[in-house]
Amino acid sequence: MDFKDMFQSKYRSILYSYLKESTEAALYQGQKFSRKAMEHQISPEEIINVHCTALKELFPDLPQEVFASCDFLLEVMMDYGLAYQEHQSLRDQQLEIRSEIEIAASVQDNLLETKIPQIDVLDIGAISIPAKQMNGDYYRFVQDKQLISIAVADVIGKGIPAALCMSMIKYAMDSLLESRVHPQHVLENLNRVVENNVDSSMFITMLYGIYDSYEHTFTYASAGHEPGFYYQSSKDTFSDILAKGLVLGVDPNASYHQYEKKVEPGDMIVLLSDGVTESRTEEGFIERSVITDFIRKYQHLPAQEMVENIYRDLERIQNFEIRDDFTLIILKRKV
Amino acid sequence: MNLLIDKYHNNVDTVVKIAGEIDAFTAPQLRDELLPLAEGKNQSIVISLKDVSYLDSTGLGVFVGLFKQLKKNEGELKLVDLSDRLKRLFEITGLSNIITIATN
Repeated sequence: MDFKDMFQSKYRSILYSYLKESTEAALYQGQKFSRKAMEHQISPEEIINVHCTALKELFPDLPQEVFASCDFLLEVMMDYGLAYQEHQSLRDQQLEIRSEIEIAASVQDNLLETKIPQIDVLDIGAISIPAKQMNGDYYRFVQDKQLISIAVADVIGKGIPAALCMSMIKYAMDSLLESRVHPQHVLENLNRVVENNVDSSMFITMLYGIYDSYEHTFTYASAGHEPGFYYQSSKDTFSDILAKGLVLGVDPNASYHQYEKKVEPGDMIVLLSDGVTESRTEEGFIERSVITDFIRKYQHLPAQEMVENIYRDLERIQNFEIRDDFTLIILKRKV
Repeated sequence: MNLLIDKYHNNVDTVVKIAGEIDAFTAPQLRDELLPLAEGKNQSIVISLKDVSYLDSTGLGVFVGLFKQLKKNEGELKLVDLSDRLKRLFEITGLSNIITIATN
């Protein structure tokens, strides 16, 4: 007996026991059968065929019209059958794509991994959460003796194209020996690389700075990046880290301004991407003061705990639906 | 998440009115509608963003691409009626220094 025959006779016996005594148990048998049928990719119209054949075998004296109606039903179900097949095939394709993205995301994680420098005069915390599977935000720390370079970047767009762009930035920076190069020149260099290599509607925002842990100065330049915050401990106030500069990738001849800040004990440097400041609640976009309020709330904690708590609070006020990649970095000069 | 794009030509320029949200979903539609306008030489395009309630970086990218295309063909781009929030976005990214943003 081949599979079809087995299938047919199994269906007939389940149907028969249900008709004899309409029990829950018999219905349950039908459910199990249906699951098995889907596993074997039996189409809807094949089920109808099996049902009608079983009817013919069990009740051969039924009016001819009943069997004729079976043929009619079969015809009507053809399109459902085709739709079902297409659905199965799309589902398979989706599973394949999903597993490729997972592999890509884990390759990206490995490539872009950056260690947070451990240095006794600074407490550094960092968090970066993608909105989808691949992160279009990037941050990077490099420690070279007393110099710590920090880069925070946001590639426009989300998902795979943004992440591929980010890998390009990482490799461009690798080849620069950054800590010997002034922030404004790092950006000028990167700008040329990006402009040469991305499509005309892509660009990248970046804030790049170097913290000198002997002099306690932070020297930085920005390419159109969302302004961070500076907390001045002596005055207990927050101010915006405003630095002017054109986003990377638009004008190959762009030049960048450099700024320097003296950092006192207790001061904090807060760097972020616009996924933080563009948070939205039902009332609309949040004010920047909402973020500084959260920073104050957790100020007494170590920097890493601060960023994790602030992320959780901002996630909560958006009903756990962050729309853009979220990156937040806090550097505290220890007292 | 619908985007409404209204275009008309007068003797001098092509005027475009955009309403809705410009984000990763609607940006491709915007790009498809605007880029063809930049194809000829010396095209002048004025775009009103009065009814644009949201613009993210993908949307900015459409304007950047349009600007570059126009510049290549010696054309001009002007953006008008930006809300404070949109103005800030163009200022922070430095794009307000290269794309003409009218203040009224």
